[in-house]
This record gives sequence, C-alpha cells and structure tokens, in this order.
Amino acid sequence: MPSPSRSAPALTWEVQDGIAVVVLDCTDQPVNTISRAVKDEFRACFETLANDASVHAVAFLSGKPENFIAGADIEEFVKLTSAAEAERLSADGQDMLDQVARFPKPVAAGIQGACLGGGFEFALACRYRVASNHPKTQIGLPEIQLGILPGAGGCQRLPRLVGARAALDMILAGKAERAEKAFRLGMVDELVPPPILRSITIAAARRMAGGWRPKRRRPGGFIGWLLDGNPLGRMLVYRAARKQLEDKTGGNYPAPFAALEAVEYGLRHGMSEGFKREAQLFGQLAVTDVSRKLVQIFFATNALKKDRGVDGAPAPVAVQRLGIVGSGFMGSGIAGTAVAQATVDVRMKDSDLARVAGGLRAAREILDDRLKRRRIAKYEHARLVALLSGGDSYAGFWRAELTIEAVFEEIGVKQQVLREFEAAAPDGAVFASNTSTIPITSIAEAARVPERVIGMHFFSPVAKMPLLEVIPGERTAPGVVSTAVGFGRRMGKTVIVVKDSPGFWVNRILAPYANEIGHLMAEGASIETIDGMAVRFGFPVGPVTLLDEVGLDVAEKVAHVMLAAYGDRLQPTAGVAALVKAGRLGRKSGRGFYEYSGGKKRGVDSSAYELLGVHPNGGPRPADVLQRLVLGILNEAARAVGEGVVRSPRDGDIGAIFGFGFPPFRGGPLRHADDLGAARLVADLERLAERLGPRFAPCEVLQDLARRDGKFYP
Amino acid sequence: MPVGNGRRVAVIAGCRTPFCKAGTALKDARAVDLARHAARELIERTNLDGADVDEVIFGQVVPSALVPNVGREVSLLPQLPKEIPAYSVNRACASATQAIANGHDQIALGHDDVVIAGGAEALSDIPILASRRLADILVEASKAKSLGGRVRTFLKIRPRDLIPVAPAIAEPSTGESMGQSAEKMAKENAITREAQDRWALRSHQLAAKGTTDGRLTAEIAPWFPARPGDPVVAQDNGIRTDSTLEQMAKLKPVFDRKYGSVTAANSSPLTDGASAVLLMSDEAARARGYEPLAYIRSYAVAAVDPGWQLLQAPVWAVPLALERAGISWKELGLIEIHEAFAAQVLSNLQGFAQKGWEINEDIINVMGGSIAIGHPFGATGGRVVTTLANEMRRRDVQFGLVSVCAQGGMAFAMVLERR
Repeated sequence: MPSPSRSAPALTWEVQDGIAVVVLDCTDQPVNTISRAVKDEFRACFETLANDASVHAVAFLSGKPENFIAGADIEEFVKLTSAAEAERLSADGQDMLDQVARFPKPVAAGIQGACLGGGFEFALACRYRVASNHPKTQIGLPEIQLGILPGAGGCQRLPRLVGARAALDMILAGKAERAEKAFRLGMVDELVPPPILRSITIAAARRMAGGWRPKRRRPGGFIGWLLDGNPLGRMLVYRAARKQLEDKTGGNYPAPFAALEAVEYGLRHGMSEGFKREAQLFGQLAVTDVSRKLVQIFFATNALKKDRGVDGAPAPVAVQRLGIVGSGFMGSGIAGTAVAQATVDVRMKDSDLARVAGGLRAAREILDDRLKRRRIAKYEHARLVALLSGGDSYAGFWRAELTIEAVFEEIGVKQQVLREFEAAAPDGAVFASNTSTIPITSIAEAARVPERVIGMHFFSPVAKMPLLEVIPGERTAPGVVSTAVGFGRRMGKTVIVVKDSPGFWVNRILAPYANEIGHLMAEGASIETIDGMAVRFGFPVGPVTLLDEVGLDVAEKVAHVMLAAYGDRLQPTAGVAALVKAGRLGRKSGRGFYEYSGGKKRGVDSSAYELLGVHPNGGPRPADVLQRLVLGILNEAARAVGEGVVRSPRDGDIGAIFGFGFPPFRGGPLRHADDLGAARLVADLERLAERLGPRFAPCEVLQDLARRDGKFYP
Repeated sequence: MPVGNGRRVAVIAGCRTPFCKAGTALKDARAVDLARHAARELIERTNLDGADVDEVIFGQVVPSALVPNVGREVSLLPQLPKEIPAYSVNRACASATQAIANGHDQIALGHDDVVIAGGAEALSDIPILASRRLADILVEASKAKSLGGRVRTFLKIRPRDLIPVAPAIAEPSTGESMGQSAEKMAKENAITREAQDRWALRSHQLAAKGTTDGRLTAEIAPWFPARPGDPVVAQDNGIRTDSTLEQMAKLKPVFDRKYGSVTAANSSPLTDGASAVLLMSDEAARARGYEPLAYIRSYAVAAVDPGWQLLQAPVWAVPLALERAGISWKELGLIEIHEAFAAQVLSNLQGFAQKGWEINEDIINVMGGSIAIGHPFGATGGRVVTTLANEMRRRDVQFGLVSVCAQGGMAFAMVLERR
C-alpha cells in the first residue's frame, strides 16, 4: 500500500508481452531512496505481480536518467534510538529483498546512475543485473563510511556473487566503482550503452522467463578458487583483511570489523544465519557514537555543499577560465586540480618560461595520475591536457573570470601581482590570493577595486587535500565570496568561509598543537611518543610528521605570524627554527625531524634531538602528552569560535577534520569539546596552566560554557 | 579594391610555434600537436572568445594517416565550441596561404565573420609506408577464411617486401626532386654559387637580427617540452649567427656534386612547425574592438609546367595579384618571398626584374626567410603573412606582398594593405 504521505506513487509498472516493466521514480526528490513508504510500495507491487498470471518476468528500471537508487533513506536511519530498533530495520530490509530474491518470476535490474548501498543490495537480490556505461553509473556499498555495514543482505549476497576477496575490498573500504570496473568484478552481468539499457534489461527478463539461467564463473580463475572457493583459502583472506583493518583504523572504527564478521559468519554458517548476524551487527553499529559522528559529518558536508558562504549572496559566476599567477608547487597543484575536477581552461603566468614549463608539467602530472588510475580515459586526458597553457605575460587573462595568485608569501610581491592583474583583467574579474598568513584586507589595499579581492587558502598538496578556506576581506563583495566558494566546490573541495584574521581557522587552531611539540621534547618526550599518541587518538599522522609534511620553513613562517598576532600564548617551538637553519625543511628536503629517502619516511633522525638541544629520556607520561596536544587545539578552537573566525561550529569541525585530519569519529574539536564537557575541559586546562604556564589558561568561551553548562551544539 | 563582393577581410594577428629543424626540439610532437599549440596561443593572445569562431582551415602537405584532417582537430580544441566546422587544404608549400585565402573568401562572401587559418608540418613524423606488395599481401591475409589460408598468404612475403617506403620530395609527374629543380634553375638562370651563398647569409643575418630585437620571437608561442630538463623552445633553432661566406663556400653541392651550386647552406632545411592566423571581417573586428594589422587586398595563384622551372611560377602569380589589387610593383613597401632555395629566390627576382620592375632588396624578407628560419611546408604561409602584417604595422607601410612558390610548379601571391 502506498504511504498516504506520498503524493504520487514511486513505483509504476506496465506489462508488455508477459514482462512487467517496473519503474522507480521518487518524483518528489532528486534521487531515489528506499524509505519505509517505498518499501511498502515494493511489497505491494511484488505481491500484485506475483498474482498476475499474465506476468512471467520483471524488468526493473529507474525513472531518473542519472540515478538508480542512492541507498536507504538516511533520515529514517538517523531517527533510530536503540540497537534493537536498528536491528529490526535491517531485518525488515533483508526480508523485503528476500521477497525479491525468492520471487517466483525472474527479475532483471537495469542500472544507470548511482546504485549505492540499499540500492545495490536490491540489485543483488535480483536475478540478473545489466548496467549502462553512463559516466554517472556508480555501483557500491558505501555504508562503512557512515560507521555501519550493508544491512540488507549485502554482506551475504555480494561475496557469493564476486568472491570473498573482491566483496571485502568493496565493503570494507566503502567504495563505489564505475560501471566498467563493476562489470569486470562480476558485480553486474552485462555492460551496455545507455540507449539500449531498457531494451536489453527487458530482453534479459524475457529470456529468463523462457527458462534461461545466467551462467556465472567465479572471477580470478584458479587463484580465485584457491582463495575464495574453499574455506581454507577464505581463512587466509579474512586474516589478511583483519590485519589490514587493524593497521588502517587503529581500532577506532568498529564498522569494518563488524562487516568482516558478517561476511565471514555468513559464508561459514549459511545465508539465513548470515542475515541474522548481519542484522544484529547492524543494530549494534547503528547506535555507536562513531556512526553518529560520521553521519553528522555527512550531513554537515552536504549542507556545506549548498551553502554560498555568505547570507543572501548572489549566485556564483560560472568560471570557465581560470588565471593562475605563480607556477610553483601550489600554483601548479591548483591548475591541475582545477582542470581535472572543474574542466576549466587554465592559463598560468610566471616570471620566466622555465618556471612556467615546470608548472605546466606538474599540473599535467595530476592528469597523468588520473589516467594511470583509470579515472579518466585516454581521449579525455588529451582533452584535459589541452586546457592547460601558460606564458610569461598576462596574455589570455582578459577572459578569466577568476584569477588565483600563488606567488611568494610576501605582501609586497602579492600586491604587485594584484596591480599587474588589474591592468590585465576586466573590472568584473575576481582576484583570489592563496595566502596562508597575510591578511586579505591588507593585500586588497593595493587594489583599484578591492571589492573583488578574496582569499582562497588551499592546502598542500592541492590535488589530495580536501579543504579550502575562503577568506573575504573587509570590502569583499558578496558575489565574489559565492564565486570563490562555488569554484572551490567545483574543484572538489569542501569549502568553509573564514574570517580574515591571522592564521585563518586551520593554522590558528593548529598552532598550539604544533608548538606543544617543542615543550614536550624539551621535557624529554620522544618524537615517536608524540606522534604515536596523536595517531592513537585518531589523527592520520602525528604533529611532528605533519610539520615535516607541511615543510618546516613554512611552519616557522606561520608560527611567527601567529606569535606576532596572538602573543606569548602561541610562542613557537624554537627547535623548528634550528632545523630550518640547518637546511632541514622536512620531507621536501629529505630531512626534517624524520629522515626521508626514495619518497618514503625512514624513521626519526636522531640528530634532530641534538639540533634542538634535547634528550629523549622519557618525558611526560603518554597520557599527559596526548592531553596537552589535544586540549591545546580545543582551547584555541573555542577561542576562535568566540571571535567569529568560523561562521558556525559545524564549519569549524569540518575544517579541522578535512584540513588536518582531526579524527572524524570524534566529530571535530568542538563536537569533542561538547563530549568532554566544558566544565571538565576548563578544570583540566586550569590544572595544565598551573603546572605548565598560562598558554593553557582556558579561554573565555569555554569558561562561559562551563558556567552555564552550555554546548557548542546545543 | 577588395576581391569578391565587398566585405573587407582583416588580418588581426598571427602566431606560430618555433620552427625547428626536423629531428630536433620538436621531434616528439605530431603536426596536430603543433597546429593546436599555435592556434591555442593565438586565441590566448587575442583574448578571442572561442564561440566567435565560424570556421577553421589548416594546411598540411604530408598529412598523417592517423590525423588526416588536422583542421578539424584544431577546431576541437577545448577552447572552441565543438560545432565549428573545419577542413584541411593542400596547396603544397603554399597551403597555409591557401587556407588564409579560403578564409578570406568565406568572410568576403558573408558566410563567416571570424576564421582561424594556418598550417602545420611535422617532418620529424612523416608516414613511412609499407611496400605495395606487402600491403597487398596484408589485405589478402585479412580476407583469408581460415588460419591455413592466412599462413599461406603470409608465406608469400619476401624480405625485400619488408623494406619501408619513405615519401620523397619529388615531383610525381617528372621524378625530379626539389633540389634538382633548384639546381636546374640555377644553371638555366645563371645564378652563381656565390650569389646563392650571399642570399643565404643575408637570410641568417636578418633572421638573427629579428630574433635578437624580438620582432620574430614576438610571433612565437613558446613550446613547453614534456620531459623535465629539456629547455623551453622560444626561438627558431635553424638561424645561425656565426656563418661566414668562407664556411659556406666549403660545402659540397648536394644534387649535382660535380657542377652544382645548391648546397645545404643555401637551401631551406626540413622543419617542424605550425602557424595560425586570425581573420575577421572588418565589421566583426570593429564590433569586437580589435585593431587589424592589415587587410587582404588581393591574391592570385599561378602554375607552370613542372618539367620546366618548377619554382618559377611566382613570376606569373605576383603580376596577377598586383593586377587584381589594382596597384603596381613600385607601390609595394614590404615583400615576403618564401625561400625554398636561394637559387629559386634569385630566379624569381630575376624574373621580376625582367618585367622592368626595380628590385629593392631593403624591403625584401627584412627578417630573413625560410632558408634561415626553416620551412615546415604546410605552415610557412602563416609565418610570412604574420611577419609581413606585423612589419607593415611597425613601418606603417600601405602595401605589402607575399610570394610563395610551391611544388607542382605552382605559386601563390597575396597583397596586404594597411588601411
């Protein structure tokens, strides 16, 4: 029975020559999702078709050209309050799909567009799957990314279809594959061009109605059988997967382990036992704190995608041509990423042609990398490469709607570039400065039209780092903000709009974290302990490694700007300067705190201790090390929020997670502060301040929250 | 007096790759890469809106079997809408000038407002052909019904069938190579070795000057090599600054080792390169705020019996172009003559002089010519038109002439006017 709340039924069908062609189209939403209402329609539909003697087989299609089924309705999932309730939801889904799988008449699914999570689990329950090679076709089980597992039979059906190895690969990483790869892996039975998807799906249904049964071979041949085809081989697969998970998650994420168990249990004890275990584990995961946090991040990033960055801003200008001044590491990274993600025409400018050549080459490497990873085809690669060009003049900048400068970090140089740009560009064009330390308002002082000057702070390496800070200056026009935000998003970045204040957001809250390294080392802590504790907390790398990656010269420069702006509270680690003076700039120079060779980190370089004049002889207890590192971030983040550096705690948390890898399962520094409780935080900080100095003095924002028992997320 | 029914056609700008001796700096590039590079940089430098372009026409003399229509690949640059029609032309060494003339016609007729015309040649990347017998056997094998049949067909291949065939620069109708023709012209027109060497030296000296003072390099789109460590190519690499007549005199003639006078030094080298020129109707240029370098006043093509003096057709094409322009030889303020061989240039000039025309070398090839700069067959026409138009603006010359001799006994001449 269709739910009364729905205006039009999502499922419609017609019977042609014995084949029921069922079309799903949730007309009131941009994508198809499986909600309770849709499930009810499914049940009713299949019941009717089962009883209709004129129907011999079913062909199932989506009414949306670029979406099959995006997954289960996440809003319903969020409302779950208990593990038992969640388990019921999972069992309910399994039940419905079991009805599809046991349906007496064969069902063929024709897939085009996103076929994810519950959508793919539905497809798995069908007897035959045809996928179109439409560029938007994506097939996978991304549940792990929300801290849960595929709970509608996915953990049972996928391994039986493609083997345990390939299934675990997909499920544990929460990956989605393009149609070609999905076909290669055996996730779908046929790959066809979009125009014939419908007719081929119907034809498959008709063949099956005539008694034909699809034949499938286990992929991978003899090796496939050795590993996937027998219990002994599978044990090896499970063991390898578990080991890999332990290395990757640091034990902080329960979902992949649970998914592994659901797969293993099901293959050992049979489908129906597997379903039960899968539902049980789903129920447990659904109410974990980790899952809650991951779902919050999912919602926050989605909300950010719709945010123009400033209230009431006009729509962004559609940037078709991007100018880039400065073809160094950042400039070329921005160029390559802009071409690869946004398919814009990029013109680079630098002072001499050899530098331009280097920049174009580096930008091109980003495209080459995508070609190598088969994310783009050869001809697409050739077309994208032709979007990159450069020269030693501003030729071609006249038509650029947006120009980003990434020249030397020095206000005079940046203002010079700004003046040159204004002479070469029409008045409507936007000028963005990729600075990490210089106030945008100061740069804009050199402008004839300061309203068009804005900051776009990318993180290095641009192609890989997901965050972009957009910084409006005092006079920046709202339309300029939305253009910068819109373009950053087209580049595939998560964009937060940040106040024009020293360090912006990410570098600001990182400062105490980075500075604490020096204090800890001076007290005898080893680099391994410092980094190890941070990783244990859930950071992808520790603060010492992070500094090496950023570059110690850059870190030192930023640290001094922070000191000048905020005073003794952010006194930089003296050691960094000593290392820079010794020519040790981190990974890029082959030596920093660590040693690097052949592009790999080789371990702590013990001579770093000598340069710093410290001895690793134990130092503070590991738990203290961690507390000092983390509370520094939390305190500064709270203070910056109080100053309005970010527009909301949401932006702040997303910035910390995507900017420097604050553990996602902790939800970000402000979420984490809420979890710890302001009162406890203030007490801990006061204790630290008493022992170690005023840099730990709890900020006014935290004290205020503590007094009134408040939260950043009320 | 413009050709056609009235619309004046403006040369807005031109741009080219550096011209590099075959097998050197551009040896890894295909002609299509060079053509796209030149056209793209032209678009950049003129801040052209791709959607304004109505047609793309490119010349190429030795097309690649893989990219037979280089023009279409240029019009498929991502800076241009995919809906711009394009084609390629072959009028031998006059191909790019022919592309420009065709663009002119379409604009004059009112069919187009904006055309990108040019040419490209990658003589480092010429098609090497299988022998005819091998090709026949391969076709037969592909039609064989069984494996046995296929093997039997393959067994017919003899070692000599495997020798590849390189296209020669020879006249299909006479078998005479370009160089042999130049040699014949030198003898029949009594052009001395010394005169040829002097012309070649002049070409290098003037090209070197044009490079040093930036007039030539201003037309060049720097080529950014793909390999790290390779230098950016921002200049033509065949221009010599250190040549002397004495050194040149030591070279052995190539085509007639005993009594010949045509040497490697007084001939144009095999070259890689591409050129592109932006043409607009006068109204379109004005509407978009472009200041034309010059206008196309007239053009003409002529041909002679290839068995006679293969490269002497300019002596017929130029008077025709002047006649169509309604001007006389002495009104020309600048002349660009394509230099296939010094012997050919001097023969052409001799032919002009015989018409009673006064030869003023000070206005001929003022930045050198193909002997020094190089001669990528399909691209040279774009270079000479660009150089002439730019220099006409610099010197504020009212009338300029382009003369290009071509394989097949043909020649192309075009008159530009400044205002």
